Amino acid sequence: MNLFAAVGRRLLLSCRNAGRGLIILGGAILELRHVFSRRNRREVLTQLFITGIKSLGVLTVVAMFTGMILALQTGLELRRYGQEVNIGTAVTVVMVREMGPFMTGLVIAASVGSAIAAQLATMTVSEEVAALEVMSINPVRFLVMPRLAALIVMMPVLTVYTNILGVIGGAIVGRTQLGVTLPAYFDNAIQYVRNKDLYVGLFKAAVFGVVIATVACQQGFQATEGAVGVGHATRRTVIMSFLTILMLGYMITRLFYK
Amino acid sequence: MSRTPAIRFERVVKRLGGRVVLDEVSFEIARGEVFVIVGASGSGKSVTLKHMVRLLTPDEGWVWVGDDCISEARGRRLSELRDRFGVLFQSAALLQWMTVEDNVALPLREKTRLSEADIAERVRAQLAALGLEDAAEKYPADLSGGMQKRVGLARAMILNPEIILYDEPTSGLDPVTSRRIDELILDLRRRHGITSVVVTHDLHSALGIATRIAVIHQGRIVEVRAPAEFLRSEHEIVRAFLEAQYITRRGAWETEAAT
Repeated sequence: MNLFAAVGRRLLLSCRNAGRGLIILGGAILELRHVFSRRNRREVLTQLFITGIKSLGVLTVVAMFTGMILALQTGLELRRYGQEVNIGTAVTVVMVREMGPFMTGLVIAASVGSAIAAQLATMTVSEEVAALEVMSINPVRFLVMPRLAALIVMMPVLTVYTNILGVIGGAIVGRTQLGVTLPAYFDNAIQYVRNKDLYVGLFKAAVFGVVIATVACQQGFQATEGAVGVGHATRRTVIMSFLTILMLGYMITRLFYK
Repeated sequence: MSRTPAIRFERVVKRLGGRVVLDEVSFEIARGEVFVIVGASGSGKSVTLKHMVRLLTPDEGWVWVGDDCISEARGRRLSELRDRFGVLFQSAALLQWMTVEDNVALPLREKTRLSEADIAERVRAQLAALGLEDAAEKYPADLSGGMQKRVGLARAMILNPEIILYDEPTSGLDPVTSRRIDELILDLRRRHGITSVVVTHDLHSALGIATRIAVIHQGRIVEVRAPAEFLRSEHEIVRAFLEAQYITRRGAWETEAAT
């Protein structure tokens, strides 16, 4: 009975958190109409910089190695059939459709998402969010909307960057480990990639951006208990973002590729 | 001046985590008063303060600001009522990524259509009034606790509120800085007629600035008196509180050791 009660409580808590997240997201989407207003412009630009430029280093390494691993694994198998030239297609299709948005999502959730959660959680426990409310400054407009806008814009941009570097990483492995020339690799790479693959990948990236912003802000605003609460909010943001990105990634793929 | 109280609590009940934190609390604060709420930790002081600006909503009862019931206000009306307040939080609650200047300018940027030049001028004047002109470019983390509180006060005052709420304004400060904050509170009352509500543990401060002192114990207001009467109170909670801070019936500054 205790087990059922514990599971039930957990489920109720999850539903409540999801509901709070959706309310925050709804409010932030409504506020997006003010994204270029004088009072929001500076914060939106700051968030674009933090989300985009500051994540480039780690994303570069992750993207390159993702492409290299993909090329190596598929190339070694294809070589048994004398088809190693097709690693171009394999790497590009997998990067553009799945791995690009997915890896970008994970990196941004772990770096930017956790940072957002930690910042908002610290603000919540130190009464800065309450101070905004008392000044009649809507925390969703002031804090969530700029982060949501930045993530919606930057996630697809960073995904394109990840895709390009992944394909380049694959080309390096193809050239050095599998003997595939660069022209052959790139000819093969663009041959089978359709526009739809790119659009669906970018759509996924934008959705992942929404997920990261919503989860991070919801967890941040919900923080209690001082420094411990900040730690919990950060940890839960990374875990929930990873899980949601995985599940939504599958659903979007299922929706567009039947 | 209107005779309607600045703030009125009417049988306010609040439960948090299954515990009754405020139990049928009723009181009035007149305009221009410095109303000090004292009590032990967890007695409900800060919860009372948060109800005044609707950071918390009563489970039962009503909170009135002038003629308006803030506990039932929504949307734009709630914003208008909150605009009558300035709040100095216990931790000052300054936005850490903004400079002092930007923190103080924030309400002006968000709530007015003033030009940047006008905002800069008002912020400079406000900072100068609180002796903070040299701190304008600094970040909150670079300031002492007392300076952070003064910046918090500058931000709370920048829109010329009718009422300022102070949550533990002198906690964590040295005695000299604490008295300086007390003087600022008194000065605001004298010069601008601002109503102040102060939540504090510091009875020396309370006796020095209050027009009336309320004692809250286990979620109930057990005593509301002017400082002179407060010192003579026979209520056991009040006596325990006074004696814990070495204050006798003879006055705020006489300790048992001294007599």
